[in-house]
Amino acid sequence: MTLLFIVRKSLRQHALSTIVTIMSVALAAGLVMSVFSLSEQSKNAFTGGAFGFDAVLGTRSSKLALVLNSVFHLEASPGNMAWKHYVDMKADPRVKHAIPYATGDNYYGVRIVGTTSELFTDYAARDGRRFELKAPSRVFGDAFKEAVIGSTAAHRLKLGLGSKIQPYHGLDFNPAMKHEEEYVIVGVLEPTNTPADMVIWIPIDGVFRMEGHELWGAGEKYTANAPEIPDEHKEVSAVMIQFKNSMQGLNVARSINRQAKDRTLAFPVSETVAQLFNRLGLITKVLEYVAYLVVAVAAASILASIYNTMNERRREFAIFRALGARRTTVFSVIVAEAGTIALIGSVVGFAVYACVFSATSWFVWQKTGLNLALDFSHPVFWATPLGMTVVGAISGLIPAFKAYSTDVADNLIPAS
Amino acid sequence: MALLEIRDLRKSYRSPDGTVTAVLDIPAFAVDAGEQVALEGQSGSGKTTLLNIIAGILTPDEGTVHVGDQEIAGLAESQRDLYRANRLGYVFQTFNLLQGYTALENVLLGMMFGVGADRERARSLLAQLGLGDRMDYRPRQLSIGQQQRVALARALVNQPELVLADEPTGNLDRNTARDALTLIQDTCTESGAALLLVSHDPAVLGEFSRCERLSDVNRAAMAQGGAA
Repeated sequence: MTLLFIVRKSLRQHALSTIVTIMSVALAAGLVMSVFSLSEQSKNAFTGGAFGFDAVLGTRSSKLALVLNSVFHLEASPGNMAWKHYVDMKADPRVKHAIPYATGDNYYGVRIVGTTSELFTDYAARDGRRFELKAPSRVFGDAFKEAVIGSTAAHRLKLGLGSKIQPYHGLDFNPAMKHEEEYVIVGVLEPTNTPADMVIWIPIDGVFRMEGHELWGAGEKYTANAPEIPDEHKEVSAVMIQFKNSMQGLNVARSINRQAKDRTLAFPVSETVAQLFNRLGLITKVLEYVAYLVVAVAAASILASIYNTMNERRREFAIFRALGARRTTVFSVIVAEAGTIALIGSVVGFAVYACVFSATSWFVWQKTGLNLALDFSHPVFWATPLGMTVVGAISGLIPAFKAYSTDVADNLIPAS
Repeated sequence: MALLEIRDLRKSYRSPDGTVTAVLDIPAFAVDAGEQVALEGQSGSGKTTLLNIIAGILTPDEGTVHVGDQEIAGLAESQRDLYRANRLGYVFQTFNLLQGYTALENVLLGMMFGVGADRERARSLLAQLGLGDRMDYRPRQLSIGQQQRVALARALVNQPELVLADEPTGNLDRNTARDALTLIQDTCTESGAALLLVSHDPAVLGEFSRCERLSDVNRAAMAQGGAA
């Protein structure tokens, strides 16, 4: 009680330096929480981004490039492969779902992916999730110029049922590359919290027939004008695969990746994403060290702010002692003061974390459609206030020893 | 019966050049319970050193200081702290009030390290000393006389057996000094506390029925011609 009373008075008495120190601690605490929690949450969001697909089949390239392009709709496409690989995969008895993706167009920077209506009608993730359409939406007809739009894309582009879009060629928006075809949005997806929310889906036949598109499935240029496009000319950017039993994916991946010269099977998708995060681990590590460094600077600022007041407070300590306070009491006052500054700073650090989280989640949402959930279950959220308070209290030890050794008689002025 | 009893008390200081100066050499000195005693001494005569030894802030080189049945000089530091917190009131020349604390909080501090804060008692004592409407004022918002009263309230709030006052009127004008002294004496009388006051002001010393010259009590001062 006495301790709290004196600590509270002292903090109020040195309000300016207390506030500045609290802010520096808050920054450090917020940074630590952000580095540890956001890296974990990003990893979880990205590894769960495949919406239940076990594997991605694409042209010969790195697995990561395939996953980034077809699951997260990021980066350039590694290229196309012949349609027959999709047909083979679909016919494979080990495969439950094989869904083709054809990419290469955008609408104001939002990717347009050609696929089949099976994605919305038949496909279900292993956990039962399906693509749900907002009423009164419907799935596009595979032979019509219709589109289904992800929730984030609809929100960002302010598009809804009945909106008409004209695709732009390429994955990056270029106003000069506008296609002539016009698509009507007939479906808006409910949010899935996956990158699919940031996509405009059209029938894959539409991609084949888009003005200016050339098909090279047979090794020679083919422009799709005929009512029926022969399968040998068709191309596909990727095939999204869900195996009947995910264990079977290992055998399929082994045979394709070892024997096929023109294809790569990225399996399992989550592992490929995890590998990406492992590669990014070094950057995360560097950020962690930077965070620790900021914590050390914050601890030093606590030490400096308290130490700087020690000369003016010697008389105060001498008076406490003259009134009967023990040496250990004045020592504890300073340690508690430092710990309190650190604790308050850590609590304010949650606000700093909330700001960093908001900015980061908005950025990730804009880029990928993934929503990072504000989750406080990570151990960093209890370890940071606890750790900062301990570090703060430790940084108060030096001034506390100074207070402890204050000579009462010398500092009770004047003597006669 | 003696409340404070000093025997063969010696205290000296070593100066930076190594010379040792005896400040106190008191063969015997006593104050009875409830008695009010003034000690006359000039600046540098060792008055504050004596009071600090009685308060347990300093320890003597030799000798004993009994307060009641407790020998102060031989106590461990933490026990001396406890003794100061519970049995002693100390009024300083400069009052030594904490500027960041209100009048009430300054008085509460006088209890916190001992019996524990009793807000009602602190309020009642301040009201008794005429500061009922100044409890939430900080020292610099109070007149010198009012600060003196706060210091006195802080010294008396624990109902000490012994009150030490070191030049308590040194900073006051004549009228305020007289009022302050009356207040100290009356309050100690009411509470039954013994009072040992040191001063060099004849007007103050004249108010005490027992007044002794420190130079008569302290052989170290005698050896230095009474001017030490």
